[in-house]
Amino acid sequence: MTAVLPELDIEGPAAPPRSNGELVFAEPWEGRAFGLVMALVDRGMLSYDAFRDALVARIAAWETSPPPGECWSYYRCWLQALEQVLDENALVTFAEVDTRAATFAARPPGHDHRHDDHDGHGHDGHEVHHR
Amino acid sequence: MTSESLEPGLDLATRTEALESLLLERGLADTKTIETFIRIYETQVGPMNGAKVVARAWTDPDYKARLLADGTAAIAELGFKGPQGEHIVVLENTSQVHHVVVCTLCSCYPWPVLGLPPSWYKDSAYRSRVVREPRAVLAEWGTELGPDVQVRVHDSSSEVRYLVLPERPTGTEHLGEEELAALVTRDNMVGVTKVAPPGAQS
Repeated sequence: MTAVLPELDIEGPAAPPRSNGELVFAEPWEGRAFGLVMALVDRGMLSYDAFRDALVARIAAWETSPPPGECWSYYRCWLQALEQVLDENALVTFAEVDTRAATFAARPPGHDHRHDDHDGHGHDGHEVHHR
Repeated sequence: MTSESLEPGLDLATRTEALESLLLERGLADTKTIETFIRIYETQVGPMNGAKVVARAWTDPDYKARLLADGTAAIAELGFKGPQGEHIVVLENTSQVHHVVVCTLCSCYPWPVLGLPPSWYKDSAYRSRVVREPRAVLAEWGTELGPDVQVRVHDSSSEVRYLVLPERPTGTEHLGEEELAALVTRDNMVGVTKVAPPGAQS
């Protein structure tokens, strides 16, 4: 199968970048969520401090009462914090993300406009680091 | 507000993609900037930067003095600056004092010199335990400290990020700056481990 990192347009060898033996982002969506925050802060659409406050609150809430059956995910908290500050600032609401995500989730299997994958098998980002 | 707005059936990748598409449509973000940030932190900004700072401090006493006086400025001398590096304080480990760094609330970390934090740094186990029982946590990392060594735990905040300047190992007197930098790891600069002498590294 094709390597599934061209989305990031990384020059050079296809080996996933590592930091002291650990992937910087365990899954591609984590990198996207990180990049979104940085791009919004860079453009002045978002204050990093406000984002951090929301992140701290999300982490504390999860640790106080972890939802049953849900594993810890730092970037889940990160994404939730981003959604929260965007909602509070009326830039993108929770409801809008719900609707769009439902639309995307309803796409037929194999749909993947990002990865230009023509082998007919649907896949998601989870495959990337299992090569 | 709304953890229930995140339906478990819709996975996080889909939700991230949905959010990104809305931001792009509204002109609030652009793909090129998003991908540039990802690429920079995946490939260019990482502990190798901090290792160069440490090696310079080991070999240049004037630089070390500047580094301890004003971490941010001395680090910028080597070209390392950027988000989460606005106020970096450098802590010198010695035979008497061992500094170790944590962010108890989230994951504050000196990005320009260490890159993004590893998962253990973001986990509640490390964040809570290193404050309560630093010696036990350090021992689990293989860092045994004598009773005469003072352990200081530093809690990062939105204002201050810390970089540990580890002790230079013995037997490295003949090494140049580049060779020294190759000995220094991320974990040394968070303070959970000491720098291993040359040849002792796996």
